[in-house]
Amino acid sequence: MEIVVCIKRVPASDTTIKIAADGKSIDPAGVKYELNPYDEFAIEQALLIKEQLGAGSVTVVTIGSKDAQKELRDALARGADKAALLTTDQWISDGASTAAALATWIKSQSCDLVLCGRQAIDSDNNQLAPNLATHLGFACITEVNKLELADGKFTAERDIEGAREVVTCPTPAVLSCQKGLNEPRYPNLKGIMAAKKKPLEEAAAELPAAGLEVVSLALPPERAAGKILGDGADSVPALIDALRNEAKVL
Amino acid sequence: MSNVLVIAEVRGGSLKRSSLEAVTAAIELAGQTGGKAIAIACGSGLDAAGSELAASGVAQVVAIDGAAFESYSGDGYANAIAAQAGEHGATAVVMTHTAMGKDLLPRVAAKLDASIATDATSVKFADGKFTVQRPVFAGKATLTANGTKAVFCATIRPNNYAAASAGGNAEVNKIEPPAGDLLSVVKEIVASSSDRTPLQEAKVIVAGGRGLKEAEHFNLVEDLAAAFGPGVAAVGASRAVVDAGWRPHREQVGQTGKVVSPPLYIAIGISGAIQHLAGMRTAGTIVAINKDADAPIFKVADYGIVGDAFEIVPALTKAIAEVVASK
Ligand SMILES: Cc1cc2nc3c(=O)[nH]c(=O)nc-3n(C[C@H](O)[C@H](O)[C@H](O)COP(=O)(O)OP(=O)(O)OC[C@H]3O[C@@H](n4cnc5c(N)ncnc54)[C@H](O)[C@@H]3O)c2cc1C
Ligand SMILES: Nc1ncnc2c1ncn2[C@@H]1O[C@H](COP(=O)(O)O)[C@@H](O)[C@H]1O
Repeated sequence: MEIVVCIKRVPASDTTIKIAADGKSIDPAGVKYELNPYDEFAIEQALLIKEQLGAGSVTVVTIGSKDAQKELRDALARGADKAALLTTDQWISDGASTAAALATWIKSQSCDLVLCGRQAIDSDNNQLAPNLATHLGFACITEVNKLELADGKFTAERDIEGAREVVTCPTPAVLSCQKGLNEPRYPNLKGIMAAKKKPLEEAAAELPAAGLEVVSLALPPERAAGKILGDGADSVPALIDALRNEAKVL
Repeated sequence: MSNVLVIAEVRGGSLKRSSLEAVTAAIELAGQTGGKAIAIACGSGLDAAGSELAASGVAQVVAIDGAAFESYSGDGYANAIAAQAGEHGATAVVMTHTAMGKDLLPRVAAKLDASIATDATSVKFADGKFTVQRPVFAGKATLTANGTKAVFCATIRPNNYAAASAGGNAEVNKIEPPAGDLLSVVKEIVASSSDRTPLQEAKVIVAGGRGLKEAEHFNLVEDLAAAFGPGVAAVGASRAVVDAGWRPHREQVGQTGKVVSPPLYIAIGISGAIQHLAGMRTAGTIVAINKDADAPIFKVADYGIVGDAFEIVPALTKAIAEVVASK
């Protein structure tokens, strides 16, 4: 099975966000980047499927800045076979154009399965998989936390509100990976050395006109400083009073 | 025509409460575009849900009702809905940001070559443009953006719009699911637990963290949640306790868990790491119980009690039970 894994370089989850002078993007100064955490599950699942079938290839792709080479090499070090960097200098908050550009590239590849994370923790779109699958005409299951592959058909589980869904689909497919699906392996020294020699191709991303035009990016209003009602169980009556009469939530 | 289509979610024959919030958003938008709000639902046996939608304040209801749609199919539903969006001259399509909303609306948007924004906290139409606000960077920033395409799609974050109850008696237009193969199909829905309130729908979330010391001590959290009465409160957890295997991942609140916005959030023995705050900082009222007066959770809490959870929580449970009993 020829597998494409979509990954993204994102600001680390504990980064403090500052708004740039243009009021439309983040101030990159001091921002630490990392591989989007959900994409680790996607990389791992691709490697597991390749191991299960004993054949096929794993290609990682990203749309991003040149710096994203680092995250691609990380994926190669974990065991992916080759990588593609589709370059852009923009921060694309718009899921529709990301999906369209990835679809254009994937169509130029031989591909039976696309794996991605459920959500990129910068733009938090949570929409690439179903969007991309529709462009490609592939089947799609989102937020998968359990997966089986037999005879070219997938059986997946996903959490829905208050319950769990069991969903099936054929190949070709796009699956988005949720925490719990697997335990990602980390690159070891041998993998890191091998990754240096693996192919990493670069091309400009073919981004269509954006579907969303950014008006502003702003920090949310600060929550007003709260009240410490006191120490220990003696403060419970004061809390009940505040919840009933001030917050009016009881 | 610039009509607004709202996709309603029906599970097991009943309309999901949170869909009525998207109905409110659609009615507001239709007021701004000068079009009609039209509700659309897919499934099998939609009579009850259809009548409920007809009485929600929309101008029209489309029920795509038939055996082929008995189980959810993302591609199947999306094909049918995209066709209806075209037929009804929809310039906007909205749906609640639920597991189904996240799976379905991006497909509809791709079919319609529409602009799409997910997890929106507000949508409006003015000066010929749809404008959306949505949290990004795990709620550390708010993005305001305009749609650029002919059709605009948005999923709406739960608990941001009031549920529609405008009344009315709209016409229900029942049609058959279109013929065609379905790719992804739900084979089975397994209830997690019979009486559990889903995290994103709960009015109250009682969340526990590593301060509880052991998995068994979560009975304190469960008892407090139960004290609010049946169906009101859900149990949440920090990642530390999920990683420790004390609680299932579906209860995790935060950046790599669920983003929730309940009217009341009670954090017990949770330090308030930035990734946890990302999941709950938009809750209506936040209460924190922590023995460390300097814990970051107190920076976002409206009310805090400093002290030992093992002493405070049972007292709080008793007091809440008394309030609930007296209502
Ligand atoms: C990429 C990434 C993603 C992450 N995503 C998430 C996420 O989605 N959700 C999440 O929650 N975390 C997430 N984290 C982890 C986060 O950084 C914290 O490690 C985690 O939230 C800590 O959990 P905690 O508050 O339960 O534990 P701790 O930080 O250990 O806090 C325990 C608290 O309990 C208090 N306490 C101890 N004893 C008592 C007592 N007897 N009574 C009252 N209070 C007591 C302590 O004072 C302390 O404040 C993520 C981290 C990373 C790197
Ligand atoms: N620029 C990008 N390049 C490659 N993959 C991406 C990009 N943006 C998002 N993805 C993939 O899509 C998933 C969901 O992202 P999103 O829909 O943007 O929240 C991510 O976890 C990645 O796997």
